[in-house]
Amino acid sequence: MKRARLAASLTALALLAGCARVPQPVHFFASGYPARLSDWHIVEARSGELAPNAGVVPYDLAAPLFSDYAHKFRTVWMPAGTTAQYDPEGPFAFPVGTVLSKTFFYPLSAIASRDAKSVARTWDVARDFAPGAAHGALQLSNVRLIETRLLVRREHGWEAIPYVWDANQKDAHLARTGDAIPLDLVDTSGQREAFPYVVPNANQCAGCHVTNVQAKQVEPLGPRARHLNHDYAYTTGTENQLVHWAKAGLLTGLPSAGVPSDPAWNDASAPVGARARAWLDINCSHCHNPTGPANTTALDLRSANTDARLWGVCKPPVAAGRGTGDRLLDIVPGKPDESILMYRITSNEAGVMMPEMGRNTTDREGVELIRAWIASLPGNCAGLQPRNPQHRETAP
Amino acid sequence: MRQWLMAGFGMLVAACGQNGNNVQQGLSDDDKAFQERLQEQFLDAKPGDVIEIPAGVHALDRVLTLRADGVTVRGAGSDKSILSFKNQISGPEGMLVYANDFTVEKLAIEDSKGDGLKINDGTNITIRDVRVEWTRGPSLENGAYAIYPVKCKNVLVEDSSAIGSRDAGIYVGQSQDIIVRRNRAEKNVAGIEIENSSRADVYENTTTGNTGGILIFNMPDLTMHGSHSRVFKNKIVANNLGNFAAKGTAVASVPAGSGVIVMSNPNVEVFDNDIADNRTANVIISSYFITNFADKTPSAGYDPYPKSIYIHDNRFSGGGDSPDGLDWKALKVSMFGLNGHFPDVLWDGFVDTKALVDGQYPAAQRICVKDSNVEVLDVDGPHKFANPKVLKDEVRCELPALPAVELPAKA
Repeated sequence: MKRARLAASLTALALLAGCARVPQPVHFFASGYPARLSDWHIVEARSGELAPNAGVVPYDLAAPLFSDYAHKFRTVWMPAGTTAQYDPEGPFAFPVGTVLSKTFFYPLSAIASRDAKSVARTWDVARDFAPGAAHGALQLSNVRLIETRLLVRREHGWEAIPYVWDANQKDAHLARTGDAIPLDLVDTSGQREAFPYVVPNANQCAGCHVTNVQAKQVEPLGPRARHLNHDYAYTTGTENQLVHWAKAGLLTGLPSAGVPSDPAWNDASAPVGARARAWLDINCSHCHNPTGPANTTALDLRSANTDARLWGVCKPPVAAGRGTGDRLLDIVPGKPDESILMYRITSNEAGVMMPEMGRNTTDREGVELIRAWIASLPGNCAGLQPRNPQHRETAP
Repeated sequence: MRQWLMAGFGMLVAACGQNGNNVQQGLSDDDKAFQERLQEQFLDAKPGDVIEIPAGVHALDRVLTLRADGVTVRGAGSDKSILSFKNQISGPEGMLVYANDFTVEKLAIEDSKGDGLKINDGTNITIRDVRVEWTRGPSLENGAYAIYPVKCKNVLVEDSSAIGSRDAGIYVGQSQDIIVRRNRAEKNVAGIEIENSSRADVYENTTTGNTGGILIFNMPDLTMHGSHSRVFKNKIVANNLGNFAAKGTAVASVPAGSGVIVMSNPNVEVFDNDIADNRTANVIISSYFITNFADKTPSAGYDPYPKSIYIHDNRFSGGGDSPDGLDWKALKVSMFGLNGHFPDVLWDGFVDTKALVDGQYPAAQRICVKDSNVEVLDVDGPHKFANPKVLKDEVRCELPALPAVELPAKA
């Protein structure tokens, strides 16, 4: 209440002064690469907050892609009068003009000095958001903004446009060729892990966002039904995200039942299998799906896939190279330490680690989730094939 | 005391963390500027563009990714225009291409974290006078594949070299209509490997100093199964490098000293090659069952047995005198004596009994060795080498020559 009144009086003040800070509407650029993130008026750093513009709706995912412990603030915006079409499995069909934004940021460490490198290693989002705004805006005094990636639906298809935040945290500048930023992850005991935070270039964005190698079209990955089908704490109150989108006219065709839903990956009350597969889906299935760049490997790690062999159970590797870690099968039920998949998600060495890019550190909690899941899988890989096929004394 | 310990631990962590990804130790300002410009050229490339790589050693720390069709990347020569990825932070490939009508020529890619040059899902791919090398020599730290077109159509790899891959130097996978000629592969686990690919002509190459010289493989669980490869006019000499591949990979089961290996791949013709001094065997013909995966289930639709294999008119010398592995050594000594050697061709002895007609494969599916002076050792793999025997007349047959691969002319 107090906050609303303050905002109102600030707006009034700005109007009186004829000030240029009067919020401008979202600007969709049909082509080109504007130099500043603020040119779009999607999210802006102002008055100590990073806040979405009017009509720009924040959202989150049941399981996010791991990005070196970065937290992410996502938004969606569509031109007035347009709407996305629901799809149960694939990405929604978004209208031309849609702008998705994803701001990568870190909570500042509560115990480390506020220097240029130190950020917190935590999944706790409690201090991320501005007081009184629920999950509607970030509290800039508590976080360090790193980059904001826009995914823009233009006439010819989606384009990825990366922006890197300036040191003063007031705006972000275009960084199409990517960047590398030295950071230290500081955990609650003060232990540090130095790593290069890598901002991908625009072609590398396609490395994940092209989920069909034949079509070669960039697609959004997160905003799918199973990842969105849960509550979000909007400034106006908590509501299921899909329902909220439908009410706001952002989504049509939402069925009243049968909408897939993945549990939050770190919700200990949900079954470990569903959580593990939600984690694998968001981290792996953009490549490891039947039409994806990694369909060479015959792994299908989509949540929707129920064929255990295609998860890698008792499956020999195909092109793992050194990534096998001297293990023989992708997943050995009950034996995470004999499973190549564990080795690759634990490593942070280029050429071994999975995913191949997007991280330089290990998702310790995600790895533990997959470990628990593999440990829980029944069965074994022995005796599936007669060891020596019949041999007859004969010439070829 | 405890604080000292903690400090020491911290230093250790700092010293060995991040796999050398030390941002502070990165590129010179000149290299950074070069990389920015080059990255922009790769991002903004349009059909018809030629991206020039000037002579010199250019240090890069991020993969070069191309997604535009019809682009040529051209240097001043594979000994002059060198892209060095020693300080690589992101990748893991050196150059990663998702495009059609792509040509890369006259340049070198060195020391990438992962594969050197990977080309995915492209039609009309030309790789010419490209050197991909790991300069530290053979090491498990090296990338898996040096030159790596996969799921491509119309692939030409010529006058190029691949050195130090911990898997295959020139690896063409899941592709169709392929010419690999006049290349040099050394110090790789596999020099040249054609895997799950159809219609490949591999000729006038030199493979030496690898674990295995030229491999024609079919593996299960892939998007396609290959057939119809011709291996001819190559020099396949002294591929005796100790196998340094990671366990679990297909090539980890390649014995050091293998000249040509045909595994589970049908319709292969090996002829007119100089094959010498490969100390396990100059030619090995094997099923999938001889690999590490002997007791794992191959996927449906996959034929693990090699069929329609035709070996003829090669010039063999030396080789087979010091096979890799205790089983093989013991077999060699017991059959041929301390100073003897295996015949030029080894066959693992696994037979697809379902395909037999009167105890023999139908004529078109046989394993044929034409030349009367070339013997084949059936090692009796199914019975752990219990009843090995030398085959002579049993393998004297001929198969129709396979047609030459023809690639569409460049526009």
